[in-house]
Parts: sequence; C-alpha cells; structure tokens
Amino acid sequence: MGTSFGRGGATTFQQDLQNADCILIEGSNMAECHPVGFQWVMEAKERGAKIIHVDPRFSRTSAVADLHVPIRAGSDIAFLGGIVNYILENGREFRDYVVRYTNAATIVNEDFRDTEDLDGLFSGFDEEKVAYDISTWSYEGADVNAAAGNRDKAAQGEAHGRGSTVESDRPKSRDETLEHPRCVFQLLKKHYRRYTPELVEQVCGIPRHLFLEVAESLCANSGRDRTSAFCYAVGWTQHTVGVQYIRTAAIIQLLLGNIGRPGGGILALRGHASIQGSTDVPTLYNILPGYIAMRHAHSQVGLQKFIENIGNKYGYWGHLDAYLISLLKAWWGDNATSANEYCFDYLPRLTGDHSAYVSTLRALDGELDGYFLIGENPAVGNANGKAHRLALANLKWLVVRDLQEIESASFWHDSPEIETGELRTADIGTEVFFLPAAAHTEKDGTFTNTQRMLQWHHKAVEPPGDVRSDLWFAYHLGRRIREKLSGSLDPKDKPILELTWDYPTEGRHLDPSADAVLKEINGFTVGDGKAVSGYEDLRADGSTACGVWIYSGCFAGDENLPARRKPHWEQDTWVAPEWAWTWPMNRHIIYNRASADPDGKPWSERKKCVWWDEKKQEWTGYDVPDFKKTMRPDYEPDDDARAEWGLRGDEPFIMQSDGKGWLYVPSGLTDGPMPTHYEPHESPFANPLYKQQANPVRQTFHRKENPYNPTHGEPGADVFPYVMTTYRLTEHHTAGGMSRTLPFLSELQPEMFCEVSPALAAERGLENGGWATIVSTRTAIEARVLVTDRVKPLRVADRVVHQVGLPYHWGTRGLSVGDSANDLFPLALDPNVHIQEVKAATCDIRPGRRPRGAAVLGLVDDYRRRAGAS
Amino acid sequence: MTERVGFFTDTTLCIGCKACEVACKEWNHVPDDGLNFLGQSYDNTGELGASTWRHVAFIEQTKPIDIEGNGSAGDVRWLMSSDVCKHCTHAACLEVCPTGALFRTEFGTVVVQQDVCNGCGYCVPACPFGVIDQREGDGRVWKCTLCYDRIGVALEPACAKACPTKSIQFGPLDELRTQARERVGELHERGVTEARLYGDDPSDGVGGMGAFFLLLDDPEVYGLPPDPVVTTRDLAAMWKAAGAAALAMGAAVVVSVFGGRG
Repeated sequence: MGTSFGRGGATTFQQDLQNADCILIEGSNMAECHPVGFQWVMEAKERGAKIIHVDPRFSRTSAVADLHVPIRAGSDIAFLGGIVNYILENGREFRDYVVRYTNAATIVNEDFRDTEDLDGLFSGFDEEKVAYDISTWSYEGADVNAAAGNRDKAAQGEAHGRGSTVESDRPKSRDETLEHPRCVFQLLKKHYRRYTPELVEQVCGIPRHLFLEVAESLCANSGRDRTSAFCYAVGWTQHTVGVQYIRTAAIIQLLLGNIGRPGGGILALRGHASIQGSTDVPTLYNILPGYIAMRHAHSQVGLQKFIENIGNKYGYWGHLDAYLISLLKAWWGDNATSANEYCFDYLPRLTGDHSAYVSTLRALDGELDGYFLIGENPAVGNANGKAHRLALANLKWLVVRDLQEIESASFWHDSPEIETGELRTADIGTEVFFLPAAAHTEKDGTFTNTQRMLQWHHKAVEPPGDVRSDLWFAYHLGRRIREKLSGSLDPKDKPILELTWDYPTEGRHLDPSADAVLKEINGFTVGDGKAVSGYEDLRADGSTACGVWIYSGCFAGDENLPARRKPHWEQDTWVAPEWAWTWPMNRHIIYNRASADPDGKPWSERKKCVWWDEKKQEWTGYDVPDFKKTMRPDYEPDDDARAEWGLRGDEPFIMQSDGKGWLYVPSGLTDGPMPTHYEPHESPFANPLYKQQANPVRQTFHRKENPYNPTHGEPGADVFPYVMTTYRLTEHHTAGGMSRTLPFLSELQPEMFCEVSPALAAERGLENGGWATIVSTRTAIEARVLVTDRVKPLRVADRVVHQVGLPYHWGTRGLSVGDSANDLFPLALDPNVHIQEVKAATCDIRPGRRPRGAAVLGLVDDYRRRAGAS
Repeated sequence: MTERVGFFTDTTLCIGCKACEVACKEWNHVPDDGLNFLGQSYDNTGELGASTWRHVAFIEQTKPIDIEGNGSAGDVRWLMSSDVCKHCTHAACLEVCPTGALFRTEFGTVVVQQDVCNGCGYCVPACPFGVIDQREGDGRVWKCTLCYDRIGVALEPACAKACPTKSIQFGPLDELRTQARERVGELHERGVTEARLYGDDPSDGVGGMGAFFLLLDDPEVYGLPPDPVVTTRDLAAMWKAAGAAALAMGAAVVVSVFGGRG
C-alpha cells in the first residue's frame, strides 16, 4: 500500500463499504475475524452489491457471500494477475483515471528486463548476494546513481510503509497515449499476458467460468458510476510474496479507477486492536514515528543531508525537515537546538536486520541477552514455535507483560519441549519476569483501528493488585533508568538523560496522563505549549514539537478528538467525521482528490465525495479533502515549486514524489516492480509460468531448528503431499491469551481441530470427531477432525490436491488447550517486511493422536529421513 | 400490561459469530455448558438448555443453491440461526408450574423466578421446544428471561445489542411481525423464494411465539419442531374425559354394588 499509494494504511473505512457495488474479500475471513465491521458488507449486500469471497475454505464469510471461489492457498497472484490481464486485454481500464492519476504513461529505463524475458527474474538479480540491484527498474532519465550507493535512501519503501524516495525527481518521459513500448502500461500488459483464464485454472484450481465471473463483476462494477472495494487481511500478507499480493490488488484498483472514491479502495483488515497504531507510532525496529526512516549505523551524514536523502522534492514528504525536527523537539525539548542539529545524533541507528525472526535466531545463537514481550505470544503466534521457545530458553532475562501467564512466559515449565525432553526446567537459565498488564478497560488511551481511526478508551475500573498499564510501565521504567543514570558523564547516557520525560501523573499509582501523551503526539508550539492544528503547522526551525506527525491534528484546539462519540445517525454523512478521529487530518477516504475528475468535478453524481468549489476557491465535499485545500485543479508548478506545490492540481497521490498511483514500483520493493506468481516456499506444484519456482529473494534460514520440507521438484517432496493453511475463528483471539482463559469463549471452540474434505478423510482414514496427526519436518501436532464439504479438493495442474485447514489459537495454557498449528510452519519470510509464510506450506496428515513424550521426535525424524530433509 | 415485546431473528443476516451466546452469558452470569468438541460443524454447545439460553445452530448443506439469482454459491450452503426461548403466547411451562415461579411479565414474556423455583421439573417436559431445563448440581430450571432486568430500564436484551448484523431484532411484537412480513416479501422479490417465517402466526399451536424466526429451510432442518403445540392444550378436554370416565366408573360401581341388591 505504501509503495503503491504513498501511505501504509487502508485507503478507505469499513462504513464506506456500504457504498460499494461489488466487494471482493480475499485473504480475509472478514465475517469471522471482523464481525462488527462486516455489518457494512451486509449493508452493501442489502443494497444490491455483489459480495465475492475467494478463499481456500468455505467459511462464515463465504456463507453470506453471493459467490465463493475456492482457491489453492498460495496462488493468489496468479488469480489477481489474471484479472489484471482480463482488464488490459479487454480494454476495461478506466482510461481517464489511469492516464492522469497513475504512472501508466511513465516510461521506464531501457535496461529494464521483465520476468517474461528472464524466466521469472527481473533484471539486476545478483545470485551471490541473493538480492536485486534495482537500478535498471527506474524511470527513464531518473538519477539512479545518486541512490544506488546510499543505503539510507535505497532502503526506503514498503518496509517503511511509504512510497520510495529514489525517484525524488519528476519522471522525465511520459506517453499519455500509453502506446510507447516501455511505458508502464505496456510493460504491465506484457508482464501479465500469459495470466490467462486457462492458466488461472491450472495454477489456482479455479474453474474458468468462476474466474471470469469474478473478473467481469469487478469490471462491470467499476467506472464513473460504479465502484468496487477489496478487503484483505493476513491471508495475503503471510506469504513469501505477501507484499506483492497486495500490490496486485493495488494494480487492479488503480486500473479500474477505484482508489480515493466512495465504495472503492483497499481495506487492509488488521489482525487485532491497534496493529495499525503499532506501525504508525511505531514499534517496528526500522522506522521512527510517522514512517520516517531510521538511520544506518555506517551513515555519517548530518541532519540536513539525511533530510535531503530521505525526503522528497515533491509531495508532502517535501516537509520531512519539519516533521523530523519537530519529532526531535518533542523528544529532547530545550536540549534540541539548531546548534546541535536538534540532537539528531542522539537517534538510534540500525546495524542490520533486527526484525523479530532474525532476533529470535540470534537468541538461539546466544547473541541476545534479553527480551521484552508486550502483548505478544510468539510461543503460539509465530511460525516454528519450537524455535521460538528454544530461543526464549536461551536468554538471560525475559520480561512478559500480559493479561495472563501466556505460553511465552510459561515455556520453562510446560512447553511441548519439556514434554519431549528437549528442554529441562533445571537447565534453563532464563530469568522470567511476568508482569500483569492492565486491560483496555483499566486504562486511558487510544486504539488506532484498522481504518486509521484513533478511538479513545476511558479507564472504567482501577486495575487490580499489581496490574499496571503499559504506559505506566514504559514511563516508570524510563524514570527509573534515568534516576540510575543521573550524574553520569558518559556520552552514551546523554540521549536518555536529556529526554523530556515530564508527563504529569495521576491517581495512586502515579499513572502518566494519557491525555498529555496524546497532546505530545499531536504536537504543540514550543513557545506557548498550545496544540497545533495539524502537520501543516509544523516548522523546521525548532518552534514546534510533534511526536507523530501523521497524527498531528488529533488534539487540535487542545481537545481530545479521538474521544468524540457522536453516533453516525446523528451526523449528516456516512463519513461521520465527529466520531473519534482518523489520520491524516480526519480524512476517511484517502487520495480522495481522485473522486473528482482532473477538472475537479465528481466523476458522477452517484460517486461524489470531494470536489473543487470555484466560488470559494477551495476543495470541499463530504469527506475532508486529502489535498492542498486551496490548490486549483488546473494548477501547474513552476521549476522552483517544492513539496505539495511541486505537484499538479490533478495529482491525487500527494505523498508520492510524482503525485501518481504506482502501477509499477521502480524502487521501494526488494523483489520486483510488478507482482509475479511464485510458488510458496513449500509447494507440491511446479511454477508453470517460469523456471524460477519461488520468490528468488525470499528470506530463508537453513539451520537445524528450521528444516524445510522438500518442495516440488526436490526428492522427497511427495512425503508431504498436502497443502496446509492457518486461520482464525471468531470464538478465539489470535494466540489465545485473551480467549482460551474464558469459559464463555472456550466452550464455543473447546479444542484444536483441523478441517478436511470427505475425500481426504477417505484417502487417509480420518473420522469426523476423531483425531488426526499433522506432520511437517518441524514437528507433528494432533487435532480433532472436522470432515466438511466446505473444504474442497481442487484440480490443480491436472491432478487433485487436498488442503488441510488449521486454526492456530491453541497452546498449553488456559481452559482450552491443544497443540499449536504454527509449530508446523517454517521460517520463510517475505523479503520486504519479514513476515512469515503460514498461509501455505506442505504437510502430511494421518489418523489418530500423535505419540507422547520423546516419541513424537521419533515420528518427525522418520518423516525427515524419508523426505531426505535434515 | 405494557406492550408485548419479543425477538425477530432473521437468519439470512446471521454470520454465526455467536456474539449473542457470549453476551447472554456475560450479562446473565450463565456458566459454561461444558467444553466439549461435538464435531457438529461449528456448533459446540449443542442445544438450548439451563446453561445455554442462546444457541447458534450451524447446518451444512450440500445442494445447488442460487442465492438471489445473481450468482452461484456453489454446492455448499451453510445455514446459521440463533435459537432462543420462544416466550409463547400459550406457555405450557408456565401453566404447569406448581409454585408460580414461572410467570408472565408486564412485557408479555415468560420468566422464571429463581428464588421461587423448587426444582420440581414439571416444566421441562411441558416445553414443546425443549428449551427450559434443570441445571445439574443446582436443580432449579433456567432459561432466557428476555433480559427482564434490561428491558425494564429500556435497554434492549444483551443478545440483540451484541448482534453486529441485526440478525436479532428486539421490539414490540406487532411491529416486528409487520417488519418480518415485509422482509419476506423483499426476499421473495429478490428470488430467495425459500424464505419463510416461523412462529409469527397467533393461530399456531402455541398462539404465536414471542420470539419468531425467518428461516431459509424447513424448521426441522434447524432443529425446530415443524408444528409445535402447547402441551397443555388438551388438558381441559383430558380432565373432562377423565372426569366423565370417573363418573361413569362411579356410576358403574354404584350400580354393581347397589344394583345387585335390586
């Protein structure tokens, strides 16, 4: 989303789904995992919209959809690429939108080579480094050399939830007839030419007529008068090509003109409360608040050079100096002055990949002393749980803050490895500090939900006993560290000692005021401490401070706007702007300049959202315009114009350096400018399109704790003939810490189970209600069996493939216990965002319970031997 | 009596999330009903009982269905329906209750007073739907109160409040019936010809239900009796017949005793 449109967040909001004429839900089981938001899908259906659910299983979402399309797990790019090809071959694109609002007309470097030319690789692949040199992917005439040697700059992109910065200049060559053989539009055509309905059938197991019905439904429900929306969740992201799944949807939605318009968009459905917030604020290792990149350790550049490198000349990243300096002012207050570059040098720097899985493996190697787990249960929720538990047992200390003693805190006495004898409590040196955490009802604060909306929650009751909020913990931990360091003259302690750490506290536990934190996030003028009204108020001269520039405006007028609670039925439009507050600047549909034509008039009366008011000389409409309010639609920048004034009045993607939606991503992605079908890391099938079987730059870890099943073409692949995929159930919450402990929820899904088709049950002798053991080279787990017609065998590449469905909620703790599905999956990651592939891998399934104790290791060893895997 | 209120459960809108089951248990402090994997689709609570006052049935069907005529749903259909006490117009449970623990409220609903119930269990076989039940280890009977404590202060029942898709609607029964008939008409127009109401008819065997349903298949598919009859319906006639028989027998005895002497 970041590389395609400019911001790493849903482009629309759930309530707007009611305006859609067609909704495609894929990679998401929305009715089960977002049942409350799903009411707006039901509303759309009641209004006559067509609801399509593409999913390996017929789930509760499929049950109320108009059309369920079963698909082989891990083949979505072939399916979506088929839709791209259908649009392009049949001239179904929204031409006026595509020419003006996307980079379709931009001409690409003549050295670029497509996967069609190189049998599944793009130009620039370095076999030794297993990485791409992306310089040939650039636009024609772009200054790529300036970027090539600059890691701070080249590393920007999807991992950072924003558009790339390499193309900081305007593209030099465009062909608005879209005929030039090297224009993006023609490159797309060529890239997807072979993604035909026949190929989709062969790869995905989707009959041609079903595929054509989906493609035609989307095309027929897009254009000036109609719009279609996409909803996805981790069913798309958790793959070794996860980012590219979403990119393919972005291409479809841009070609059909569905971004920035009512009833259109792509809704990224987040996994649980405030996942969006955790990347905005953020908790990610490689970005600063508001998607500002972190500096690399080797980088010696100063503040100004850094801003030049990371910022863009055009678009709203042109004000990076104001955002970053305001951030530094928020963190270091009066200590941050122009003379010391506002303490720029105090910022932490990256020494490498510190993503979660890489850190886990470092712990396994004894290179990590300690770990904080706050609201995370990797012993159940992460791929290859065994590797995680072994890693936790190899730390010196571990702090777990949670509502319950979750498996990640109890691994030392009740993990599966204790049962097998791989771990012995007496041998584990990890000192575990379990700290009870307050629930949202026991503390003030905000959630940032799936649609970028900050919603305030009030403390309803005092947390009992030793229970404290995360805010309390972070604040008092910082306070105590500062006390311990006070008086230190060691320069490395200065960034901590000079931090502003002066939040007012309240109550008997001295809780820091969440209001004060939110105000700091919003930003204020340093002189008088008054809240700024939005990020356009931020300055690069140290006169403003702001904790998270994209959240700026949430406390405008010194009012806590996320706390607003005016119901939508008391408001004038479906946008309901006075319910809570949505970033950026309470804009609900972002890029909504695209809801009007280049002249600023709505594309149609039916799909009106924002438009240019000639009388008032400003943008107006139902939603807050996501555009410079006073910029005329016919505005054209001169050579000296910068930032937002460097874009034209008809360029809606205001975060991008060229103001366009990107069909083709010249930089910002590590695995290619256009999504390409690759098989999952473990697959029972060959890639019929290219010699290159899987994503060539996927992240893998060949080590004894992380063996891989042989994939198609390797000896032993037939030992694991089935496809397995994980998912969630309405009745449980992610890794179970918040649901397996509650009787009301546990009784509704009391045991770990697997879902199989009657055909697979017959093939393997599985009985409904009985037990099955599911095996991979990582481990073997047991599950109760649910035999159901809702899981269908698919005909792929002229043979039948069975899929095994595995909910992943269970672990060793709570009222409802069971084996953990994620233990079966390997660490094989998307190279952009380091997410694990747990939505598609291979397995075997056999009747009966698994062996107990160490015997389970024997069973897995036997499989490994037969598969030739070690 | 104030206006009679009830539930209209529109199963075409149900997404099987079970929020109604959970909200009911949380509000009414109903304990869990046992953690048993039943292997019956996604249903693990099985049926209504003393500790399950809302129950979502999951019915998997494999047959060709063309929902709303604008696409094929394949050959699988998954019906979901949230069942509840029907709060019958003619409530047998209430009629057989010897202690007066079961009573009809000012809202026309049927409620057990837990402090009066002596656990005799007469009401259990009296219910034609198998709703009311004794709780093990407690002995008393328990069932849906239609959130008597909530509706008394103008709040809707917990299940209806929690339902995200308005599958469960609460309100004055007359209004709900009108609304439901309109909804059926709408669905028929859209080609969902199998849509039908269950329990809306005041002339049925229980005098109409205070909680009625819009179904997409025969009631027995959902585990509902197709033609429920209040079990006390024939009681008067039965007593009459028994009385007549007793009289006749008495007369015969009189005749046989005294007649012989005649």
